Amino acid sequence: MRNTFSEALYKAATANPDIYIVVADISPAGSMAKFRDQYPDRFINVGVAEQSMIGICAGLALKGCQPFAYTIATFSLYRPFEMVRDDLCYQNLPVTVVGMGAGVIYSTLGGTHHTQEDIAIAGALPNMQIIAPCDPAECTEATAYCAMQKNGPVYLRLGKAGEPNFTDKAVDPWMFGKLRYIKRGTDVCILTYGVIMAKAMQLAARFEAKGRSVSVVSCHTLKPLDVDGIRDALRRHNHVVAVEEHAPQGGLAPRIKQIAWDMQARCRLDTFTLQDAFIHNYGSHDDLLAAHGLEVGAIAAQVGA
Amino acid sequence: MHDMSRRNFFDVAAARSRCLQYRKRILDISQNVQALHIGSAYSCTEIVDTIYHGLMRRGPDGTSPDTFLMSKGHGCMILYVILEDLGVLGREDLDLYCKPNGRLGCHPDYGNPGIEASTGALGHGLSMSVGMALAERGRKTGGIIYTVLSDGEVQEGSTWEALLMASSLGLSNLVAFVDNNDFQSLGRTSETHPTFYPLVEKFQAFGWETVEVDGHDAAAVFAAVSGRQGGRPFMLVGKTTKGKGISYMENVPIWHYRSPSPKEYEQGRRELEAAAATAVS
Repeated sequence: MRNTFSEALYKAATANPDIYIVVADISPAGSMAKFRDQYPDRFINVGVAEQSMIGICAGLALKGCQPFAYTIATFSLYRPFEMVRDDLCYQNLPVTVVGMGAGVIYSTLGGTHHTQEDIAIAGALPNMQIIAPCDPAECTEATAYCAMQKNGPVYLRLGKAGEPNFTDKAVDPWMFGKLRYIKRGTDVCILTYGVIMAKAMQLAARFEAKGRSVSVVSCHTLKPLDVDGIRDALRRHNHVVAVEEHAPQGGLAPRIKQIAWDMQARCRLDTFTLQDAFIHNYGSHDDLLAAHGLEVGAIAAQVGA
Repeated sequence: MHDMSRRNFFDVAAARSRCLQYRKRILDISQNVQALHIGSAYSCTEIVDTIYHGLMRRGPDGTSPDTFLMSKGHGCMILYVILEDLGVLGREDLDLYCKPNGRLGCHPDYGNPGIEASTGALGHGLSMSVGMALAERGRKTGGIIYTVLSDGEVQEGSTWEALLMASSLGLSNLVAFVDNNDFQSLGRTSETHPTFYPLVEKFQAFGWETVEVDGHDAAAVFAAVSGRQGGRPFMLVGKTTKGKGISYMENVPIWHYRSPSPKEYEQGRRELEAAAATAVS
C-alpha cells in the first residue's frame, strides 16, 4: 500500500505543480524516490521534526498549494497533534496527513510505533476527514481524492507493504463518503476498513461455507461516516459484524452501535476491536492482532461462522 | 504591477506619529473589554508598523506581493489597528472586538480580512511562514514572508525545528522578528532562564543572518532589514519593552493581559498625547 500511495501521489504531482510532499525522515520507498528525484523542490524532508512538517504543510496550503505530510502514523498524527488541530483543522486547510503503518502493523517495534487510537483522535477534530483504504487499489482512489479535494484536512490511514487487493471485483466503485460493498449478500454483513479486510474476507468465507449469504463492506471513509449506508446495512441483514483494528472507543464499532440503537435495529450485532490495552507482545502483525483477540478462528467461534 | 525592488525610504517621523496613534486607539479599545494583551501589542508596535508601512511593497491598488503573519497571536491588537488604518478592517470590526457580534478576538483568526493565519498557540507561526515562503519561491512570485515571534515562542521546540528548516532550505524570502521584551508570565526570562541568552548567536548558529537592534527604533529596524545581505533567512532580534509607551505599564507583567481602569486610562491617554505633542514640536 505504501508503494501504491507513492505511485498515485507521483502521478498526481506530475499533473499538478501545487502538490508538495513534506516527509519526516521516512525512507523514500517505491515511487517516492522518483518524486524526490524529479520534483526536488516539492519533496521536503524536515528530518525528525514532525511539528514543523505539519506547520510547513499549513503554510503551503495557506498559499494555495496541496501538500501531503507523510510519515509513520504515530508521528504524523500524535507527535504534532496541536499543529494538526490548530494549523490544519482550525484553519480548515486541504492538507493530507498520511499515517503510514497504522494500527499494530509495526508488530515488532512495540507500543511506541502502534496507532491504536488514531480514528478516535482524528475523528474528534472538527473539519477532519478520515479515509482508511482496505487495499492498494482503494489507496490509489483515496490518494487521488486527497490530491484534488479542497474541503479541508484529511487523515489518510494506510497499511504498510505487501497487502493484496480485495476490491478488483467489488460491487460498488470507490466513492468518498460512501460505504463500498465488496460483495453483496443477504444474511450477514461484515463492516470493516483498512488492512484487516483480509480477516473480514476469511470470516466471510467461513460464513459462506455454512451456507450463509454474506456482504463484505469497506467503510473506507470513517469521517464523514456514511450513516445512511450503515442504517441500510443494519436493516437489510439479520446479522452484522464489525471488525476493526482500532481501540474499542471512538472507532467504527461504537458508531455502528449508536446508529443501531438510534434506529432500533433488530439484527444481531457483534463488534471486534483491539483491546483497550498496550499489549507487550512481539511477533508478526497477525500475532499482535491475535493477542488483541482479532483472530479469524476466535471471531468465527463467537459469531457462529 | 508591484515594484519588486526593496523600499529604500522610510519616513521615521510619520512612523512615530502613527505608532502613537495606534497606541492611543488600542488604549481606547481597552475600555470596552476586560482584557486585550495591551503590553504585548505595545511591545511590537514599531516592528509591525515598520513591516506594514516600510517593508511590505504595495501596488497602486493597495495589494502586496508580501505577507505578514503574526506568530505571536496575542499581540494582535497592533495588527488590528494597522489593518483598520489601511482600510482592510472596518472601524466597526474593532469597536466590536471581543463582543458577541464581532469577528475579532484576542487572537487572529484566518478568514478575517488581512489575517493570514490563525495563531495564538505559541510556536506555530514560524513553521507556517516557512511553508508560505516555500510556496512563494516555488511559484517564483518574489513574495516575501514577514513574521513576528514573541521571545516566549523561542522556547518552543517547534520554533527550533522551523529555524533549522528555513536555513537548510535557504529561504531568502523569509524575514522574522523576535519581539524580545524579556518578559513572560512568570517573570523576566533573563532571570528564569538565563541560558536563553545569547539569542543572536543561537540564530546565527542555525544559519540565519541575524542582527539585534532597538525594537522601538523604527529607523534601525527598517535599516537592518532593508540592508540584509540575503541568500538565507533573516532574523531581527528587537530589544523591546513590554508595555512600551505608557509609564506604569512598562516592564510590569500584569499588563500582559489586563485592561486599564478609567483612571489608569486617563493617565495613559495623557502620556500618549504628551508624547504626540513632543513629536510634532
